[in-house]
Amino acid sequence: MSILESILFETIVAGTPLIIVALGQLIAEKAGVLNLGAEGMMAMGAIAGFAVTFHTGNPWLGVLAGMVAGALMSFLFAFVVLTLMANQVASGLALSIFGVGLSAFIGKPYESEILATVPTWRIPLLADIPIIGGPIFNQQPLIYLSWAIFGGIAWFLYKSRPGLLLRAVGESPSSAHSIGYPVIRIRYMATLFGGAMAGIGGSFLSVFYTPLWVEGMVAGRGWIAIALVVFATWRPFRVMVGAYLFGGVMVAQLFVQGSGLEINIPSQFLSALPYLATIIVLVIISRDQNTVRLNAPVSLGQPYRPDA
Amino acid sequence: MLRLERRAEASAVMSYASPLLAIILMLIGGLILFSALGKDPIEGFRIFFISPLSDIYGVAELFLKATPLMLVAIGLAVGFRANIWNIGAEGQYIMGGVAASAVALYFYESEGPHILFLMVVAGGIGGMLWASVPAFLKTRFNTNEILVSLMLVYVAQLAVSWLVHGPMMDPEGFNFPQSRMFEESALLPMLVEGTRLNAAFLFALSALVVGYIFMYRSFFGFQMQVAGYAKDAARYAGFSAKRMIWIGLLSGGGMAGIAGMSEVAGPMGQLTEHVSNNYGFAGIIVAFVARLNPVGIFFASLLMALLYLGGEQAQQYMNLPSSISNVFQGMLLLFLLGSDVFINYRLKWKNS
Repeated sequence: MSILESILFETIVAGTPLIIVALGQLIAEKAGVLNLGAEGMMAMGAIAGFAVTFHTGNPWLGVLAGMVAGALMSFLFAFVVLTLMANQVASGLALSIFGVGLSAFIGKPYESEILATVPTWRIPLLADIPIIGGPIFNQQPLIYLSWAIFGGIAWFLYKSRPGLLLRAVGESPSSAHSIGYPVIRIRYMATLFGGAMAGIGGSFLSVFYTPLWVEGMVAGRGWIAIALVVFATWRPFRVMVGAYLFGGVMVAQLFVQGSGLEINIPSQFLSALPYLATIIVLVIISRDQNTVRLNAPVSLGQPYRPDA
Repeated sequence: MLRLERRAEASAVMSYASPLLAIILMLIGGLILFSALGKDPIEGFRIFFISPLSDIYGVAELFLKATPLMLVAIGLAVGFRANIWNIGAEGQYIMGGVAASAVALYFYESEGPHILFLMVVAGGIGGMLWASVPAFLKTRFNTNEILVSLMLVYVAQLAVSWLVHGPMMDPEGFNFPQSRMFEESALLPMLVEGTRLNAAFLFALSALVVGYIFMYRSFFGFQMQVAGYAKDAARYAGFSAKRMIWIGLLSGGGMAGIAGMSEVAGPMGQLTEHVSNNYGFAGIIVAFVARLNPVGIFFASLLMALLYLGGEQAQQYMNLPSSISNVFQGMLLLFLLGSDVFINYRLKWKNS
């Protein structure tokens, strides 16, 4: 692979967990639920995926385990904020601290282990296109899954009836309730979907991307995914574009460090770029007050209790 | 079927009982965790919660660990009361530690009480500078302070890593990523002979008193409380939202920075990459468990400190990873937030 091809390849790989996690959060937020626990859910998905793959040798079982772990974590969150009506910001934060701690705790015995690399899937003919063929069509299998999730979510939100209902619940839970829709149940399902996606995203990191387990390996990606949803003004296509931009930023630093170029920049400065980029992007998108206000689901973060 | 029914008025009893319920639930969670690991839960609880406090040294360690938690939590509580969510105290703590270390290293091999004084000031300023970024961006560009302050945690961790690998590395330290050990004049004086409890504990107590006066006895504290309950009412009354954002973030940053100073000038005695033991995040839990109340913060800090010490003991005697502390801390906060529902609701059987 030429250097250009490998940059493209790595960018897509680095952006993929962000796409999966951010799209899951997008669905939860569209229903009005703000779950700041993405970092913790990803961490649990990562360790569950790693442990199961390590013991079974099957990466797909690992992804499944990551998905279940993420969904279980989000169920805990959903119970606390939807049934018990707790503050969503504080509960999400608690979930992050809990998940990161529990994953480190469970993951201790796996620290020095390493998994076999999962081979890429090559799509015939398309993979032969010069330059872009290799990076796009000879990729990690979960990359194709992330595109399928994107297509499914875009269709669901804007073309399907349940998607319309989901958005209605996020915009005005009381109206949705008064015409007979189960607001809490819909919010539960959206939150669980977000958790399952975060778990898959986490397992992608530990099973396909690195493939090993290190404490704290999620390294803020859960938070970046949450920022990405704001950046994308709650639109799936922009989530995808944004995720690849971030993937590019993450990869750029690796290439600069690995290029052997005599650049006098400390490696820590390059590693800080994705976090600084997140801040810059938030500034750009929030600069005009209306951009966020007009696009955010109206009831985002607000508890709702049908007084029936 | 079991259902929640709204109480006619909030239950005062439950607002005190709910933290106890959360602690009981956390212990049950611990019981399940120990059993799942094949450890005797009674022995586990003894090692975790009793053995750290078995002598005067252990009790002093408890207050030592509680000190940064009190400082961080009281600073954050000021902002949280007005719904200003500074989640990046961890980063502000680190930068306070860095700034204080810079002063200590600048005055290396010199004497005088001004060194410690300047270290405290530098710590506070370092934390405030780091917190001023989300404050400026929120007041000027309306950015979300949760995400900005949190991203700056990662930046602060990388910054301290760079500093101890480069400019602030001990020149005689065999390339270990850490600063020189501070001299006596840059270390906080001890309060109790034979223990590590130092003068920072007095800072923490004063901070709680000042925080109490600000929150309950000052007009501005009242304004921030109003803004927390009813944003529109506060705006209608003409209270400046921008000023609240600045005060809310700077108080959290300043206190977290002083907490960072207390760690480098206290038990650590130097700057390393591990300057923070997650105190910035644990302080958030303390603030919530304490319901943003200074008296509560005192007790919640001691409880959280006990969880830290218990984790260290569990690591030493039960061969468990010390991250078990974070598991307990996260559980405590989740259970508390959940239990709080019973303040405004009660359980009732309903035939539906």
